[in-house]
Amino acid sequence: MAIRERLSGNEAVAIAIRQINPDVMPAFPITPSTEIPQYFSSYIANGKADTVFIPVESEHSAMSAAIGASAAGARTLTATSSCGMALMWELLYVAASNRLPIAMALVNRALSGPININCDHSDVMGARDAGWLQIFAENNQEAYDNFVQAYRIAEHKDVRLPIMICQDGFITSHAVENIELIEDDKVKAFVGEYEPEDYLLKDGEPFHVGPYAVSNYYMEAKRAQAEGMKNAKQVILEVAKEFEAMTGRSYGFFEEYRLEDADYAIVIMGSAAGTAKDAVDKLRAQGIKAGLLKVRVFRPFPAEEIAKALTHVKVLACMDRTESFNNECGPLGAEVKSALFDAGCAPKVINYVYGLGGRDVTVESITSVYEELIKIDETKETGAKYRYLSVRED
Amino acid sequence: MKDLIEIRWHGRGGQGAKTAALLLADVAFGTGKYVQGFPEYGPERMGAPITAYNRISDKAIRVHSNIYNPDYVVVVDDSLLDDVDVTKGLKKEGAIVINTEKAKEEIIPKLKGYEGKVYVIDARKVSIAALGKYFPNTPMLASIVKVSGIMEEELFLKEMQHSFEHKFASKPEVIEGNMKALRMALSELA
Repeated sequence: MAIRERLSGNEAVAIAIRQINPDVMPAFPITPSTEIPQYFSSYIANGKADTVFIPVESEHSAMSAAIGASAAGARTLTATSSCGMALMWELLYVAASNRLPIAMALVNRALSGPININCDHSDVMGARDAGWLQIFAENNQEAYDNFVQAYRIAEHKDVRLPIMICQDGFITSHAVENIELIEDDKVKAFVGEYEPEDYLLKDGEPFHVGPYAVSNYYMEAKRAQAEGMKNAKQVILEVAKEFEAMTGRSYGFFEEYRLEDADYAIVIMGSAAGTAKDAVDKLRAQGIKAGLLKVRVFRPFPAEEIAKALTHVKVLACMDRTESFNNECGPLGAEVKSALFDAGCAPKVINYVYGLGGRDVTVESITSVYEELIKIDETKETGAKYRYLSVRED
Repeated sequence: MKDLIEIRWHGRGGQGAKTAALLLADVAFGTGKYVQGFPEYGPERMGAPITAYNRISDKAIRVHSNIYNPDYVVVVDDSLLDDVDVTKGLKKEGAIVINTEKAKEEIIPKLKGYEGKVYVIDARKVSIAALGKYFPNTPMLASIVKVSGIMEEELFLKEMQHSFEHKFASKPEVIEGNMKALRMALSELA
Protein backbone atom coordinates (compact mmCIF):
# COMPACT_ATOMS: atom_id res chain seq x y z
CA MET A 1 0.00 0.00 0.00
CA ALA A 2 1.38 3.35 -1.04
CA ILE A 3 1.58 6.00 1.66
CA ARG A 4 -0.65 9.02 0.98
CA GLU A 5 1.14 12.18 2.09
CA ARG A 6 1.43 15.90 1.48
CA LEU A 7 4.95 17.20 1.17
CA SER A 8 7.03 19.88 -0.45
CA GLY A 9 9.36 18.74 -3.22
CA ASN A 10 12.39 19.26 -0.97
CA GLU A 11 10.92 17.18 1.84
CA ALA A 12 9.93 14.44 -0.62
CA VAL A 13 13.51 14.19 -1.91
CA ALA A 14 14.88 14.21 1.65
CA ILE A 15 12.59 11.26 2.43
CA ALA A 16 13.81 9.39 -0.66
CA ILE A 17 17.38 9.94 0.58
CA ARG A 18 16.45 8.64 4.04
CA GLN A 19 14.87 5.55 2.51
CA ILE A 20 17.96 4.90 0.38
CA ASN A 21 20.30 5.68 3.30
CA PRO A 22 23.43 6.39 1.20
CA ASP A 23 26.92 6.27 2.71
CA VAL A 24 28.11 9.87 2.45
CA MET A 25 26.53 13.29 1.92
CA PRO A 26 28.76 16.36 1.77
CA ALA A 27 26.64 19.51 1.34
CA PHE A 28 26.69 23.28 1.61
CA PRO A 29 23.41 25.19 1.97
CA ILE A 30 22.03 27.35 -0.82
CA THR A 31 18.48 28.51 -1.51
CA PRO A 32 16.21 26.85 -2.60
CA SER A 33 17.88 23.45 -2.04
CA THR A 34 18.92 24.12 1.58
CA GLU A 35 15.96 22.22 3.05
CA ILE A 36 17.14 18.93 1.53
CA PRO A 37 20.34 18.64 3.62
CA GLN A 38 18.48 20.36 6.48
CA TYR A 39 15.68 17.77 6.62
CA PHE A 40 18.05 14.91 5.93
CA SER A 41 20.57 15.89 8.61
CA SER A 42 17.69 15.94 11.12
CA TYR A 43 16.82 12.38 10.05
CA ILE A 44 20.44 11.41 10.71
CA ALA A 45 20.40 13.20 14.09
CA ASN A 46 17.21 11.32 15.00
CA GLY A 47 18.76 7.99 14.09
CA LYS A 48 16.62 7.40 11.03
CA ALA A 49 19.62 7.20 8.69
CA ASP A 50 23.30 6.51 9.29
CA THR A 51 24.75 8.40 6.35
CA VAL A 52 27.98 10.29 7.11
CA PHE A 53 26.99 13.94 6.69
CA ILE A 54 29.92 16.26 5.93
CA PRO A 55 29.17 19.96 6.46
CA VAL A 56 31.73 21.55 4.14
CA GLU A 57 32.78 25.18 3.71
CA SER A 58 31.77 25.61 0.05
CA GLU A 59 30.15 23.83 -2.87
CA HIS A 60 33.58 23.34 -4.44
CA SER A 61 34.44 21.36 -1.34
CA ALA A 62 31.09 19.57 -1.37
CA MET A 63 31.73 18.13 -4.83
CA SER A 64 35.40 17.46 -4.01
CA ALA A 65 34.38 15.48 -0.92
CA ALA A 66 31.71 13.68 -2.92
CA ILE A 67 34.32 12.68 -5.50
CA GLY A 68 36.65 11.41 -2.78
CA ALA A 69 33.91 9.43 -1.07
CA SER A 70 32.57 7.96 -4.30
CA ALA A 71 36.06 7.00 -5.50
CA ALA A 72 36.62 5.29 -2.15
CA GLY A 73 33.58 3.13 -2.87
CA ALA A 74 30.82 4.95 -0.98
CA ARG A 75 27.32 5.62 -2.30
CA THR A 76 27.40 9.42 -2.33
CA LEU A 77 25.16 12.40 -2.94
CA THR A 78 24.90 16.13 -2.53
CA ALA A 79 22.25 18.81 -3.05
CA THR A 80 22.65 22.27 -4.51
CA SER A 81 21.25 25.08 -6.69
CA SER A 82 22.32 27.85 -9.01
CA CYS A 83 25.64 29.51 -8.09
CA GLY A 84 26.26 26.64 -5.68
CA MET A 85 26.50 24.30 -8.64
CA ALA A 86 28.43 26.93 -10.56
CA LEU A 87 31.09 26.79 -7.85
CA MET A 88 31.27 23.00 -8.36
CA TRP A 89 31.92 23.46 -12.08
CA GLU A 90 35.46 22.14 -12.31
CA LEU A 91 34.54 19.13 -10.19
CA LEU A 92 31.40 18.23 -12.14
CA TYR A 93 33.68 17.20 -15.00
CA VAL A 94 36.03 15.35 -12.65
CA ALA A 95 33.13 13.34 -11.21
CA ALA A 96 31.80 12.40 -14.64
CA SER A 97 35.14 11.61 -16.27
CA ASN A 98 36.17 9.42 -13.36
CA ARG A 99 32.88 7.56 -13.81
CA LEU A 100 31.68 8.21 -10.26
CA PRO A 101 27.93 7.57 -9.85
CA ILE A 102 27.25 10.49 -7.49
CA ALA A 103 23.64 11.67 -7.19
CA MET A 104 22.87 15.38 -7.04
CA ALA A 105 19.51 16.73 -5.94
CA LEU A 106 19.53 19.90 -8.03
CA VAL A 107 16.85 22.45 -7.25
CA ASN A 108 16.88 24.68 -10.30
CA ARG A 109 17.43 28.38 -9.78
CA ALA A 110 18.55 31.29 -11.93
CA LEU A 111 22.19 32.32 -12.07
CA SER A 112 23.23 35.85 -11.20
CA GLY A 113 22.81 38.52 -12.30
CA PRO A 114 20.77 40.33 -11.52
CA ILE A 115 20.87 38.26 -8.37
CA ASN A 116 17.70 36.19 -8.11
CA ILE A 117 16.67 33.18 -6.04
CA ASN A 118 13.80 31.92 -8.19
CA CYS A 119 13.44 29.17 -10.74
CA ASP A 120 14.88 28.83 -14.18
CA HIS A 121 17.03 26.19 -15.82
CA SER A 122 20.21 28.18 -16.43
CA ASP A 123 22.12 26.25 -13.75
CA VAL A 124 21.43 22.76 -15.12
CA MET A 125 21.54 23.77 -18.78
CA GLY A 126 24.97 25.30 -18.37
CA ALA A 127 26.16 21.91 -17.13
CA ARG A 128 24.59 19.93 -19.96
CA ASP A 129 27.97 19.05 -21.47
CA ALA A 130 29.62 18.09 -18.17
CA GLY A 131 28.87 14.40 -18.62
CA TRP A 132 26.15 14.02 -15.98
CA LEU A 133 22.84 12.29 -16.56
CA GLN A 134 20.07 14.89 -16.21
CA ILE A 135 16.48 14.04 -15.28
CA PHE A 136 13.67 16.57 -14.77
CA ALA A 137 10.47 16.51 -12.72
CA GLU A 138 7.10 18.20 -13.15
CA ASN A 139 6.09 17.97 -9.48
CA ASN A 140 7.05 16.62 -6.05
CA GLN A 141 5.94 13.09 -7.00
CA GLU A 142 8.23 12.95 -10.00
CA ALA A 143 11.16 14.46 -8.07
CA TYR A 144 10.74 11.71 -5.46
CA ASP A 145 10.22 8.92 -8.00
CA ASN A 146 13.21 10.06 -10.06
CA PHE A 147 15.44 10.08 -6.99
CA VAL A 148 14.38 6.54 -6.10
CA GLN A 149 15.43 5.48 -9.61
CA ALA A 150 18.64 7.55 -9.70
CA TYR A 151 21.26 5.15 -8.28
CA ARG A 152 19.95 2.20 -10.27
CA ILE A 153 20.73 4.16 -13.43
CA ALA A 154 23.95 5.90 -12.36
CA GLU A 155 25.59 2.84 -10.74
CA HIS A 156 24.71 0.38 -13.50
CA LYS A 157 27.97 -1.17 -14.72
CA ASP A 158 27.23 -0.17 -18.32
CA VAL A 159 26.69 3.46 -17.29
CA ARG A 160 28.72 4.53 -14.22
CA LEU A 161 28.00 8.23 -14.53
CA PRO A 162 26.87 10.85 -12.03
CA ILE A 163 23.23 11.92 -12.14
CA MET A 164 21.36 15.18 -11.54
CA ILE A 165 17.79 14.84 -10.33
CA CYS A 166 16.25 18.24 -11.05
CA GLN A 167 13.18 20.00 -9.78
CA ASP A 168 12.03 23.60 -10.12
CA GLY A 169 13.13 25.91 -7.32
CA PHE A 170 10.27 27.09 -5.09
CA ILE A 171 7.61 26.10 -7.63
CA THR A 172 7.88 22.46 -6.62
CA SER A 173 10.65 22.54 -3.98
CA HIS A 174 8.61 24.70 -1.61
CA ALA A 175 5.03 23.87 -2.62
CA VAL A 176 3.20 21.39 -0.42
CA GLU A 177 1.20 19.00 -2.60
CA ASN A 178 -0.23 15.50 -2.43
CA ILE A 179 2.20 12.67 -3.03
CA GLU A 180 2.32 8.89 -2.79
CA LEU A 181 5.37 7.57 -0.99
CA ILE A 182 6.70 4.05 -1.32
CA GLU A 183 7.31 1.99 1.82
CA ASP A 184 10.87 2.14 3.17
CA ASP A 185 11.57 -1.57 2.72
CA LYS A 186 10.37 -1.51 -0.88
CA VAL A 187 12.61 1.45 -1.73
CA LYS A 188 15.58 -0.27 -0.08
CA ALA A 189 14.91 -3.48 -2.00
CA PHE A 190 14.47 -1.57 -5.27
CA VAL A 191 17.67 0.47 -4.95
CA GLY A 192 19.73 -2.38 -3.45
CA GLU A 193 23.27 -2.28 -2.08
CA TYR A 194 26.05 -0.47 -3.92
CA GLU A 195 28.66 -2.96 -5.02
CA PRO A 196 31.23 -1.19 -7.22
CA GLU A 197 33.71 -3.34 -9.14
CA ASP A 198 36.74 -1.15 -8.44
CA TYR A 199 37.25 1.39 -5.69
CA LEU A 200 40.06 2.91 -3.67
CA LEU A 201 39.38 1.09 -0.42
CA LYS A 202 39.18 -2.35 -2.02
CA ASP A 203 41.54 -4.47 0.01
CA GLY A 204 44.48 -5.95 -1.85
CA GLU A 205 43.65 -4.38 -5.20
CA PRO A 206 45.51 -1.10 -5.62
CA PHE A 207 43.59 1.27 -7.86
CA HIS A 208 44.15 4.80 -9.10
CA VAL A 209 41.50 7.46 -9.71
CA GLY A 210 42.11 10.65 -11.65
CA PRO A 211 45.50 10.13 -13.30
CA TYR A 212 46.92 12.40 -15.97
CA ALA A 213 46.01 11.25 -19.49
CA VAL A 214 48.41 12.12 -22.25
CA SER A 215 47.03 12.85 -25.70
CA ASN A 216 47.49 9.26 -26.62
CA TYR A 217 44.89 8.20 -24.02
CA TYR A 218 42.64 11.19 -23.26
CA MET A 219 40.37 10.71 -26.25
CA GLU A 220 39.75 7.03 -25.51
CA ALA A 221 38.70 8.00 -21.99
CA LYS A 222 36.18 10.46 -23.40
CA ARG A 223 34.96 7.90 -25.93
CA ALA A 224 34.36 5.41 -23.12
CA GLN A 225 32.49 8.08 -21.17
CA ALA A 226 30.27 8.74 -24.18
CA GLU A 227 29.59 5.01 -24.39
CA GLY A 228 28.30 5.10 -20.80
CA MET A 229 25.93 7.90 -21.74
CA LYS A 230 24.80 5.90 -24.78
CA ASN A 231 24.15 2.80 -22.68
CA ALA A 232 22.21 4.87 -20.16
CA LYS A 233 19.22 5.05 -22.49
CA GLN A 234 18.48 1.35 -22.24
CA VAL A 235 19.14 1.30 -18.50
CA ILE A 236 16.81 4.26 -17.87
CA LEU A 237 13.98 2.40 -19.61
CA GLU A 238 14.68 -0.87 -17.79
CA VAL A 239 14.73 0.85 -14.38
CA ALA A 240 11.52 2.73 -15.23
CA LYS A 241 9.85 -0.55 -16.15
CA GLU A 242 10.75 -2.11 -12.81
CA PHE A 243 9.64 1.05 -11.04
CA GLU A 244 6.28 0.88 -12.79
CA ALA A 245 5.85 -2.75 -11.72
CA MET A 246 6.37 -1.62 -8.11
CA THR A 247 4.29 1.60 -8.11
CA GLY A 248 2.08 1.64 -11.19
CA ARG A 249 3.65 4.97 -12.17
CA SER A 250 5.04 4.96 -15.67
CA TYR A 251 8.16 6.83 -16.79
CA GLY A 252 10.14 7.05 -20.01
CA PHE A 253 12.44 9.52 -21.75
CA PHE A 254 9.52 11.90 -22.07
CA GLU A 255 5.77 12.09 -21.59
CA GLU A 256 3.41 12.63 -24.50
CA TYR A 257 0.23 14.45 -23.55
CA ARG A 258 -2.56 14.42 -26.16
CA LEU A 259 0.24 14.48 -28.73
CA GLU A 260 -0.78 11.55 -30.91
CA ASP A 261 -2.98 13.56 -33.30
CA ALA A 262 -1.81 17.06 -32.37
CA ASP A 263 -1.38 19.74 -35.06
CA TYR A 264 0.14 22.18 -32.60
CA ALA A 265 2.54 21.09 -29.89
CA ILE A 266 5.04 22.41 -27.41
CA VAL A 267 8.14 20.75 -25.97
CA ILE A 268 8.69 21.71 -22.35
CA MET A 269 10.44 20.56 -19.15
CA GLY A 270 9.73 20.85 -15.45
CA SER A 271 6.83 22.31 -13.48
CA ALA A 272 5.43 24.40 -16.34
CA ALA A 273 4.44 21.15 -18.09
CA GLY A 274 1.58 20.67 -15.63
CA THR A 275 0.29 24.18 -16.25
CA ALA A 276 0.63 23.54 -20.00
CA LYS A 277 -1.48 20.37 -19.73
CA ASP A 278 -4.35 22.46 -18.40
CA ALA A 279 -3.90 24.80 -21.39
CA VAL A 280 -3.97 21.80 -23.75
CA ASP A 281 -7.22 20.54 -22.23
CA LYS A 282 -8.87 23.95 -22.63
CA LEU A 283 -7.79 24.17 -26.28
CA ARG A 284 -8.94 20.61 -26.95
CA ALA A 285 -12.35 21.51 -25.52
CA GLN A 286 -12.53 24.19 -28.22
CA GLY A 287 -11.75 21.59 -30.89
CA ILE A 288 -8.12 22.65 -31.35
CA LYS A 289 -5.69 19.78 -31.72
CA ALA A 290 -3.13 20.83 -29.14
CA GLY A 291 -0.61 18.53 -27.49
CA LEU A 292 2.64 18.55 -25.60
CA LEU A 293 5.84 16.64 -25.09
CA LYS A 294 7.41 16.88 -21.64
CA VAL A 295 11.09 16.02 -21.64
CA ARG A 296 12.08 13.99 -18.57
CA VAL A 297 15.54 12.87 -19.65
CA PHE A 298 17.70 15.64 -21.12
CA ARG A 299 21.03 13.76 -20.80
CA PRO A 300 21.23 11.40 -22.57
CA PHE A 301 19.08 13.28 -25.07
CA PRO A 302 16.52 10.94 -26.68
CA ALA A 303 16.78 12.61 -30.09
CA GLU A 304 15.42 9.85 -32.35
CA GLU A 305 12.50 9.10 -30.06
CA ILE A 306 11.53 12.75 -29.72
CA ALA A 307 11.72 13.33 -33.47
CA LYS A 308 9.52 10.30 -34.06
CA ALA A 309 6.92 11.56 -31.61
CA LEU A 310 6.79 14.96 -33.33
CA THR A 311 6.81 14.03 -37.05
CA HIS A 312 3.10 14.69 -37.57
CA VAL A 313 3.03 18.10 -35.82
CA LYS A 314 2.40 21.10 -38.09
CA VAL A 315 3.81 23.87 -35.91
CA LEU A 316 5.92 23.31 -32.83
CA ALA A 317 7.17 25.51 -29.98
CA CYS A 318 10.25 24.59 -27.94
CA MET A 319 10.14 26.18 -24.51
CA ASP A 320 13.53 27.07 -23.00
CA ARG A 321 13.68 28.20 -19.40
CA THR A 322 17.14 29.62 -20.00
CA GLU A 323 18.89 31.95 -22.42
CA SER A 324 21.82 30.58 -24.38
CA PHE A 325 22.76 33.91 -26.00
CA ASN A 326 23.36 32.57 -29.49
CA ASN A 327 20.57 34.80 -30.90
CA GLU A 328 19.02 31.72 -32.49
CA CYS A 329 17.63 29.25 -29.94
CA GLY A 330 17.89 27.90 -26.42
CA PRO A 331 19.50 24.55 -25.52
CA LEU A 332 16.26 22.55 -25.69
CA GLY A 333 15.34 24.23 -28.97
CA ALA A 334 18.76 23.42 -30.42
CA GLU A 335 18.52 19.75 -29.43
CA VAL A 336 14.98 19.32 -30.71
CA LYS A 337 15.64 21.09 -34.01
CA SER A 338 18.76 19.04 -34.54
CA ALA A 339 16.78 15.85 -33.86
CA LEU A 340 14.06 16.85 -36.33
CA PHE A 341 16.62 17.77 -39.00
CA ASP A 342 18.35 14.42 -38.71
CA ALA A 343 15.02 12.63 -38.91
CA GLY A 344 14.26 14.50 -42.13
CA CYS A 345 11.00 15.89 -40.86
CA ALA A 346 10.41 19.56 -40.51
CA PRO A 347 7.46 21.01 -38.67
CA LYS A 348 7.82 24.76 -38.37
CA VAL A 349 9.60 25.39 -35.05
CA ILE A 350 9.41 28.47 -32.87
CA ASN A 351 11.67 28.69 -29.85
CA TYR A 352 10.52 30.56 -26.76
CA VAL A 353 12.50 31.76 -23.79
CA TYR A 354 10.17 31.77 -20.78
CA GLY A 355 10.04 31.80 -16.99
CA LEU A 356 13.47 33.30 -16.35
CA GLY A 357 14.19 34.15 -12.70
CA GLY A 358 10.81 32.80 -11.62
CA ARG A 359 8.66 34.75 -14.11
CA ASP A 360 5.29 33.12 -13.57
CA VAL A 361 4.00 30.69 -16.19
CA THR A 362 0.21 30.59 -16.42
CA VAL A 363 -2.41 28.64 -18.34
CA GLU A 364 -3.06 31.91 -20.22
CA SER A 365 0.57 32.53 -21.15
CA ILE A 366 0.96 28.96 -22.46
CA THR A 367 -2.35 29.30 -24.33
CA SER A 368 -0.95 32.39 -26.05
CA VAL A 369 1.92 30.24 -27.35
CA TYR A 370 -0.54 27.83 -28.96
CA GLU A 371 -2.44 30.79 -30.42
CA GLU A 372 0.78 31.95 -32.07
CA LEU A 373 1.33 28.47 -33.50
CA ILE A 374 -2.18 28.44 -34.97
CA LYS A 375 -1.59 31.87 -36.47
CA ILE A 376 1.61 30.70 -38.11
CA ASP A 377 -0.23 27.72 -39.60
CA GLU A 378 -3.08 29.85 -40.92
CA THR A 379 -1.01 32.72 -42.33
CA LYS A 380 1.96 30.55 -43.37
CA GLU A 381 4.14 33.33 -42.03
CA THR A 382 6.55 32.15 -39.41
CA GLY A 383 7.86 35.52 -38.25
CA ALA A 384 10.55 35.61 -35.59
CA LYS A 385 11.70 32.10 -34.73
CA TYR A 386 13.25 33.03 -31.40
CA ARG A 387 10.91 34.81 -29.01
CA TYR A 388 10.40 35.75 -25.40
CA LEU A 389 7.19 34.88 -23.55
CA SER A 390 5.64 37.23 -20.98
CA VAL A 391 8.30 39.92 -21.14
CA ARG A 392 8.13 43.73 -21.25
CA GLU A 393 9.94 44.89 -24.38
CA ASP A 394 9.97 48.62 -23.69
CA MET B 1 -17.90 23.04 -2.47
CA LYS B 2 -16.73 23.82 -6.00
CA ASP B 3 -14.29 21.55 -7.84
CA LEU B 4 -11.44 23.93 -7.15
CA ILE B 5 -11.06 26.63 -4.52
CA GLU B 6 -8.25 29.15 -4.84
CA ILE B 7 -7.13 31.31 -1.92
CA ARG B 8 -4.61 34.15 -1.76
CA TRP B 9 -3.00 35.23 1.51
CA HIS B 10 -1.55 38.69 2.10
CA GLY B 11 0.60 39.21 5.16
CA ARG B 12 3.80 40.76 6.37
CA GLY B 13 7.01 38.79 6.83
CA GLY B 14 7.01 37.23 10.30
CA GLN B 15 3.23 37.06 10.76
CA GLY B 16 2.95 33.45 9.65
CA ALA B 17 0.86 33.83 6.48
CA LYS B 18 2.97 31.17 4.77
CA THR B 19 2.64 28.85 7.76
CA ALA B 20 -1.13 29.41 7.77
CA ALA B 21 -1.34 28.53 4.07
CA LEU B 22 0.64 25.35 4.69
CA LEU B 23 -1.56 24.50 7.70
CA LEU B 24 -4.68 25.01 5.59
CA ALA B 25 -3.23 22.64 2.99
CA ASP B 26 -2.57 20.19 5.83
CA VAL B 27 -6.10 20.15 7.21
CA ALA B 28 -7.70 20.02 3.76
CA PHE B 29 -5.41 17.11 2.91
CA GLY B 30 -6.64 15.43 6.09
CA THR B 31 -10.17 15.49 4.72
CA GLY B 32 -9.13 13.71 1.52
CA LYS B 33 -8.65 16.67 -0.80
CA TYR B 34 -5.95 17.42 -3.31
CA VAL B 35 -4.06 20.46 -2.06
CA GLN B 36 -1.40 22.99 -2.87
CA GLY B 37 0.10 25.42 -0.36
CA PHE B 38 2.93 27.64 -1.54
CA PRO B 39 4.48 31.03 -0.86
CA GLU B 40 5.62 33.56 -3.42
CA TYR B 41 9.25 34.09 -2.54
CA GLY B 42 11.19 37.29 -2.91
CA PRO B 43 13.77 39.10 -0.85
CA GLU B 44 11.95 38.32 2.42
CA ARG B 45 12.43 40.31 5.52
CA MET B 46 10.39 40.99 8.62
CA GLY B 47 7.51 43.35 7.92
CA ALA B 48 7.67 43.28 4.11
CA PRO B 49 4.46 42.35 2.25
CA ILE B 50 4.36 38.65 1.36
CA THR B 51 1.89 36.51 -0.57
CA ALA B 52 1.01 32.85 -0.17
CA TYR B 53 -1.49 30.65 -1.97
CA ASN B 54 -3.75 27.61 -1.62
CA ARG B 55 -5.49 25.45 -4.15
CA ILE B 56 -7.93 22.87 -2.77
CA SER B 57 -9.66 20.46 -5.10
CA ASP B 58 -11.41 17.13 -5.43
CA LYS B 59 -9.25 16.42 -8.46
CA ALA B 60 -5.48 16.22 -8.89
CA ILE B 61 -3.94 19.69 -9.37
CA ARG B 62 -1.48 20.12 -12.23
CA VAL B 63 -1.22 23.89 -12.58
CA HIS B 64 1.86 25.47 -11.01
CA SER B 65 1.24 29.19 -11.37
CA ASN B 66 0.41 31.88 -8.86
CA ILE B 67 -3.28 32.67 -8.35
CA TYR B 68 -4.66 35.76 -10.10
CA ASN B 69 -8.42 35.24 -9.74
CA PRO B 70 -8.86 33.84 -6.25
CA ASP B 71 -12.16 32.75 -4.76
CA TYR B 72 -11.04 34.08 -1.39
CA VAL B 73 -8.46 36.52 -0.05
CA VAL B 74 -7.13 36.60 3.50
CA VAL B 75 -5.46 39.78 4.76
CA VAL B 76 -3.41 39.10 7.86
CA ASP B 77 -2.52 42.79 8.48
CA ASP B 78 -4.87 45.67 7.71
CA SER B 79 -1.98 48.10 7.17
CA LEU B 80 -1.52 46.27 3.84
CA LEU B 81 -4.80 47.73 2.58
CA ASP B 82 -2.98 51.01 1.88
CA ASP B 83 -0.03 49.39 0.07
CA VAL B 84 -1.31 46.30 -1.72
CA ASP B 85 -4.26 45.88 -4.11
CA VAL B 86 -5.65 43.00 -2.07
CA THR B 87 -8.91 42.60 -4.00
CA LYS B 88 -7.17 42.47 -7.39
CA GLY B 89 -8.78 39.69 -9.44
CA LEU B 90 -10.87 38.52 -6.46
CA LYS B 91 -14.10 36.93 -7.66
CA LYS B 92 -17.19 38.82 -6.57
CA GLU B 93 -18.91 35.51 -5.78
CA GLY B 94 -16.12 34.98 -3.25
CA ALA B 95 -15.11 36.87 -0.13
CA ILE B 96 -12.33 38.69 1.63
CA VAL B 97 -11.40 38.18 5.29
CA ILE B 98 -9.45 40.93 7.02
CA ASN B 99 -7.68 41.02 10.36
CA THR B 100 -8.53 44.42 11.83
CA GLU B 101 -9.76 46.03 15.00
CA LYS B 102 -11.82 48.42 12.90
CA ALA B 103 -15.48 47.98 12.02
CA LYS B 104 -16.41 46.53 8.64
CA GLU B 105 -17.88 49.90 7.55
CA GLU B 106 -14.52 51.59 8.04
CA ILE B 107 -12.70 48.92 6.01
CA ILE B 108 -15.02 48.62 3.01
CA PRO B 109 -14.08 52.03 1.49
CA LYS B 110 -10.48 50.80 1.23
CA LEU B 111 -11.46 47.80 -0.91
CA LYS B 112 -11.68 49.63 -4.25
CA GLY B 113 -15.35 48.91 -4.79
CA TYR B 114 -15.12 45.15 -4.19
CA GLU B 115 -18.66 43.81 -4.61
CA GLY B 116 -18.33 40.46 -2.83
CA LYS B 117 -18.67 39.59 0.83
CA VAL B 118 -16.39 41.22 3.39
CA TYR B 119 -15.57 39.69 6.76
CA VAL B 120 -13.52 41.17 9.58
CA ILE B 121 -11.99 39.69 12.69
CA ASP B 122 -9.82 41.19 15.41
CA ALA B 123 -7.17 38.49 15.39
CA ARG B 124 -5.01 40.48 17.79
CA LYS B 125 -7.74 40.47 20.42
CA VAL B 126 -8.39 36.76 19.90
CA SER B 127 -4.72 35.84 19.96
CA ILE B 128 -3.92 37.88 23.08
CA ALA B 129 -6.96 36.47 24.89
CA ALA B 130 -6.23 32.86 23.92
CA LEU B 131 -2.44 32.76 23.79
CA GLY B 132 -1.25 35.84 25.60
CA LYS B 133 0.79 36.71 22.49
CA TYR B 134 0.09 38.10 19.03
CA PHE B 135 0.06 35.30 16.46
CA PRO B 136 -2.56 36.37 13.92
CA ASN B 137 -2.27 33.35 11.64
CA THR B 138 -4.16 30.87 13.82
CA PRO B 139 -7.36 33.00 14.07
CA MET B 140 -7.09 33.85 10.36
CA LEU B 141 -6.86 30.16 9.48
CA ALA B 142 -10.08 29.45 11.39
CA SER B 143 -11.74 32.44 9.73
CA ILE B 144 -11.00 31.34 6.16
CA VAL B 145 -12.14 27.79 6.90
CA LYS B 146 -15.47 29.19 8.15
CA VAL B 147 -15.90 31.65 5.27
CA SER B 148 -14.94 29.21 2.49
CA GLY B 149 -16.81 26.24 3.94
CA ILE B 150 -13.95 23.96 2.91
CA MET B 151 -14.87 21.65 5.75
CA GLU B 152 -17.17 21.34 8.74
CA GLU B 153 -16.03 23.31 11.77
CA GLU B 154 -15.97 20.25 14.04
CA LEU B 155 -13.88 18.29 11.57
CA PHE B 156 -11.55 21.28 11.21
CA LEU B 157 -11.03 21.50 14.97
CA LYS B 158 -10.36 17.78 15.17
CA GLU B 159 -7.80 17.96 12.35
CA MET B 160 -6.13 20.99 13.92
CA GLN B 161 -5.87 19.30 17.32
CA HIS B 162 -4.09 16.45 15.56
CA SER B 163 -1.89 18.85 13.61
CA PHE B 164 -0.90 20.89 16.70
CA GLU B 165 -0.08 17.72 18.64
CA HIS B 166 2.38 16.92 15.88
CA LYS B 167 3.69 20.48 15.37
CA PHE B 168 4.06 21.30 19.07
CA ALA B 169 5.19 17.87 20.27
CA SER B 170 8.04 19.51 22.18
CA LYS B 171 5.89 22.23 23.78
CA PRO B 172 2.42 20.74 24.41
CA GLU B 173 1.53 23.63 26.75
CA VAL B 174 0.73 25.87 23.73
CA ILE B 175 -1.76 23.45 22.14
CA GLU B 176 -4.71 24.42 24.31
CA GLY B 177 -4.20 28.15 23.69
CA ASN B 178 -4.03 27.61 19.94
CA MET B 179 -7.19 25.51 19.98
CA LYS B 180 -8.89 28.24 22.02
CA ALA B 181 -7.78 30.84 19.44
CA LEU B 182 -9.37 28.75 16.67
CA ARG B 183 -12.67 28.34 18.55
CA MET B 184 -12.80 32.04 19.48
CA ALA B 185 -12.14 33.06 15.89
CA LEU B 186 -14.91 30.79 14.59
CA SER B 187 -17.40 32.54 16.87
CA GLU B 188 -16.09 36.12 16.61
CA LEU B 189 -15.89 36.40 12.81
CA ALA B 190 -18.17 39.23 11.68
